[in-house]
Amino acid sequence: MILTRRSTLGLGAAALAMAAFPMRVMASTEEAIAAFTGGAEVGEGGLTLTAPEIAENGNTVPIEVDAPGAVAIAVFAASNPLPEVVQFNFGPLAASQSAATRIRLAKTQDVIAIAQMADGSFVRASQAVKVTIGGCGG
Amino acid sequence: MASGVKPRVKVPKSASAGEAIIIKTLISHNMESGQRKDSDGNVIPRSIINRFVVDFNGQNVIDVALEAAISTNPYFEFEATVPESGEFTFTWYDDDGDVYTDTKAIEVG
Repeated sequence: MILTRRSTLGLGAAALAMAAFPMRVMASTEEAIAAFTGGAEVGEGGLTLTAPEIAENGNTVPIEVDAPGAVAIAVFAASNPLPEVVQFNFGPLAASQSAATRIRLAKTQDVIAIAQMADGSFVRASQAVKVTIGGCGG
Repeated sequence: MASGVKPRVKVPKSASAGEAIIIKTLISHNMESGQRKDSDGNVIPRSIINRFVVDFNGQNVIDVALEAAISTNPYFEFEATVPESGEFTFTWYDDDGDVYTDTKAIEVG
């Protein structure tokens, strides 16, 4: 195959389109996170996210979040059709700012947890989970 | 999904004042995500529990906002402080407007 100027341009355009696709998925996750944080700076530390490295069944993936001193913790799945997963708001009688639940993951991806601390700051933690069988049906 | 919904809650019967106790809850519910399609290719409409609230003697313990990514039969485990004897109230809110409740009393000795 001879690479003409025209075909090179075509290749470049295709590559751009390929690159833009995952960007779009990421963008909706970023938007969902921004909706929770209000666009505030997100730091690190003080939040523990426990999820399995490999989940055999994406329909029920056990996760646990723990952030001492948090008022709320939100969980996002970056590559699910809808990135929002769950949001825990802790009341005055919560003995610890931790909770465990089971979630659905469509495919191998990063699970992201963001905690809102009592002073209004935000911290994040994420973990990659390998999913053998996806959990969003069809 | 108003049929076959059954909440199950595990709370210790007694505790000492101010003790942190672990509460486990499970409610049987399909949690239809709104992402699946039936055999004709039509999208099955979303039908999930969208909110779960736990109170103790009128004071809030935890308030959870659920999305479609929560598994079938939503399970939650968390810790609560019990300052005095009283009653935990568990409330689940369904997309279709149904509200499921359960209560559990605890004795502080």
